[in-house]
This record gives sequence, C-alpha cells and structure tokens, in this order.
Amino acid sequence: MKKTRSKSSGPKITVYTSWKELPCVPVSAPSKGSIGETGDWRTFKPEIDGEQCNKCGICYIYCPDGVIIFKEGSVPSIDYTYCKGCGICSVKCPKKAITMIRERQ
Amino acid sequence: MAKIKKTLKDKEQTIIMSGNYASAWGAKCSRVQVVSAYPITPQTTVVEKLSEFVDKKELDANYVRVESEHSVMASLVGGSMTGARTFTATSGQGLLYMTEMLHWVSSSRLPVVTTIASRGIAPPWNIWAEYTDILSVRDCGWIIQFASTHQEIFDSVLMSYKIAEDEGVMLPYFIVYGGFTQSHTSKPVRIPSQSDIDGFLPPPPKKGWAHLNLDPERPVTHGNLLMPTQEYLDFRFLIHDSMMKSKKVIKRTISEFKKTFGRNYSGLVEKYKCKDAEAVIISYGAIAEQSKLAVDELRAKGKKVGLFKLRYIRPFPTKELLDLFDSGVKVIGIADRGTAFGNPTGGPVSTEVMSLLHQSKRKIKVLPIIWGLGGRDVTVDEQVNIFNQLIRIKNKNEYPAEKSMQHGSLWLGLKTGA
Repeated sequence: MKKTRSKSSGPKITVYTSWKELPCVPVSAPSKGSIGETGDWRTFKPEIDGEQCNKCGICYIYCPDGVIIFKEGSVPSIDYTYCKGCGICSVKCPKKAITMIRERQ
Repeated sequence: MAKIKKTLKDKEQTIIMSGNYASAWGAKCSRVQVVSAYPITPQTTVVEKLSEFVDKKELDANYVRVESEHSVMASLVGGSMTGARTFTATSGQGLLYMTEMLHWVSSSRLPVVTTIASRGIAPPWNIWAEYTDILSVRDCGWIIQFASTHQEIFDSVLMSYKIAEDEGVMLPYFIVYGGFTQSHTSKPVRIPSQSDIDGFLPPPPKKGWAHLNLDPERPVTHGNLLMPTQEYLDFRFLIHDSMMKSKKVIKRTISEFKKTFGRNYSGLVEKYKCKDAEAVIISYGAIAEQSKLAVDELRAKGKKVGLFKLRYIRPFPTKELLDLFDSGVKVIGIADRGTAFGNPTGGPVSTEVMSLLHQSKRKIKVLPIIWGLGGRDVTVDEQVNIFNQLIRIKNKNEYPAEKSMQHGSLWLGLKTGA
C-alpha cells in the first residue's frame, strides 16, 4: 500500500498493492473539490441582486452542490470555484432575484 | 437495550403458529430495530404480525411503510448503514422488484436479514410454492438458507443475525421457505426465553458496523467511483472471499445454537441415511424434507437409498458434496423446485451440483429432476418412484422412458397427453 497524490494540488489517494490490505468497502473522508474546480464546467453564471433578495435562504437549501453561502439576515454569496451553473437557485428564488448570465459563447 | 413489554414470564413457551408467524417471532426475538414493510402474498402476514408487535410495544422497532419492494430494500440500506439490525420479508415478484437493491446491500456488506415465502414467477400468475424467485437472484452476494420446518424458520432468524453480523462475514442473509405449504400451515414452535436468546444473540455494536457507519458527527462518502485501474475487481473479490469464509462461521453458529438451545441443524447440509446409500436424492426445502418418508419406506424394503438435503445454496456446500461423491454413492437424482432456462439441465442447482462431478474420482450416474413448480404437489409415492428410477439407472443403466424426460431432465408431472 502506498500513498500518492493524483495531481500536485489534489488530495492524497491511497493505492493498494494487495487485496488483503483493502477495507471491506470503498469509504473515504469528505474532501472539498477532489474532482477538481467544477466551476470550469459552467456556461451560465448565477448572479444575485441584493436589492431584490429577501434573504429567505431558499436558494441555499436547493443548491445541489452546496456552493451557496448563507447567513441568516444577509444576502447569500456563491462560491464560483465550484458553482456548475445548473440554475436551480434562479428557478427557485421566490423574488426572481437570481439571473443566469451567459459567461462564454 | 430497550425494555419490552413482557406479556408472559420470561421463560420458554410453545406456540402453534404459521411459518410466517415463525419468521415474525424470529425477528421480534432478535430485537430487530428497523422493519421495512410492503405486502405480497404469501408473506404478508409476516410484516402484519410485526406491525402488531410494534403497536403493542412488544418490539421496539422503527416500522417503515414504503410504496414498493425496491423501496423496502433501499430503506433498509439506509437503516443498516446507521448500524441498526434490519429485517423484511418478501416473495416472488416482490423479490425480483428489489433485485437492484439486493446487490446494493451485499456490495455494501450490510447484514440485512430477509425471509422469503417463495412463490411462482409470473406470467402465468401463481402464488404457490416454488423457489425460482430466490434461485434467480442466487448470485447477488446474499447467503441463502432453506428452512424445512416451522421451528427451523424461527431458529434460523436467530442464527442468521449472528452469522451475518460476524465481522469476518458482513453479508446479508436470506431464509427461504415454501409459499402456503410452510407460510400458511401451522405447527408448534418452541420460543426460548428472551434472556436465553439475548445471551445467544447480543445486540449490534453501539458504534455501528466497523466498516461502514453513517454518523453525522463523522461524515463519510461511501460507494465511491473506482476507475478500471483502481480496486473495483478487488472489492468484488472480497465479497466472494467472505462468502467462502462464512462457511466456518455458519458451522460454528449452528454448533453454538445446539449447545444453547438443544436443537441440531447439522451444517450446510443435512444427510439422511446417506452413509451406505447407493441412490441419493439431492434437494432442498420442505419438499426435500418430505422425501425422508420415501427413504424410510424403501429402507424398510432393504433398498439402500438416502436424502442429501442442501440447507445452504450460498455458500455452496462444495466439500460436503465432494464427500458424498466419494462415499460410494452410485447414482444421484438432483431435484430442483425452480428453473434456470437454457442452462445445461433446466434446473439451477442440478447444474451447479453436476459441475463438481469432475472433481470426484468416481463415476456417478446423474438424473436431473424438476419438480413442484407453481406449487404443484409432489407426493411421497412420486418420490418413492423417483428412487426406484434411480435404482433402475444404477442396475440396468436404464434412464426413464417417460415423455416427461425432456432435454436430459425429468420434468416430473409434465402433461404429455398420456
């Protein structure tokens, strides 16, 4: 068994040399961004209009990737390193405060 | 451990009950913690009885009602992953419906126990005893044990958790019995005192299973993607390896059960008068149990016959069968109460048994048999007749001439227009 890094910036990956060393099932501790900066996948980018926002937090609840940062009473912010631009937040916002802006052709 | 309402003094009792109720009592006495329920004939009264136990506070379990068998098994994946002792029951079409999830359970190495009241596969619609339902999922990584008596159904549930939750095993477990023939008939069943049962079967570990435990305090990702160059093949090998190694645990548990409760379940197989037998029927289930009567009838006439009953088909009792082949038996009839269309014999277990014959030094004649499909009755007389046919094969090399011999197998009772 040896530990290596998949890329210079990636998390440590354990490489097993024998089946006898394997755990029973594939289980790993959570790590952020282990598959890379998925924000690169985006075509449309969500932008929150702070004026329209009523700070309900619905966008935060619905975001499937958990990239919306929300503190009660504040306008949420979005982690664009990992936001894939799926648009669910924009569809769900009751105030229509989130617009999907095309980022690239 | 949760206090349960004691309806009777904590001592052994004998209750007349159906096979299904024996299964429910087994789950209750095993102190299962999550039951996921969906009805299907002929198992429905298992989950109904369990709902009664939970309602009367005789069983402290989370009783989950879902909308399909697929969800039954999916919900037990969730329950089991938190370290809970989980249980359900199903039959026929229901088992097939949850097939995708069966793989999820065994590949996650979760010790779920499920009892099956076997019924015929549709179409044609048929709710009566035959084992094609369980046989068609025999390779998915679950331990599969047949229970031939009502007492055995109850006792098997207790033993199943002990085997499945063993750290060296960690595999799910099926207990199988015949729809209606066993599920709906009633027999006296001895229920030991709960404290004796608790002594035999301790609760699951408080910290959850060692290899996989969902805990909000310590989140994990499970079931990660593995590339072809990574260890997918190796993880799959571990399942087969653990199933093979479970044979030792099974035998040890049966022996412990005998010491604690006095009832002896032999091992992976049960041999009835096979010691000097020249003609043996190899089969499984209550229909095999019945053929002991045929053996007795023929033994009384001096015929050297025996019954070799498979209690487990997964893991497959390879060593026990090889010992039988080398014991001096001349002819074997392998009877399947289920089908495997297009395989060499048409019967799932007969083909698997025959695959071992090349390892034997002796030349043994074989008659594959398919019987009892869709709950069609097989009488003791018919079983006596099969033994006589085996003896004719041994003595005169004369295979049955009936039109029910098709593609090399005897399809007992096939309507041939005679």
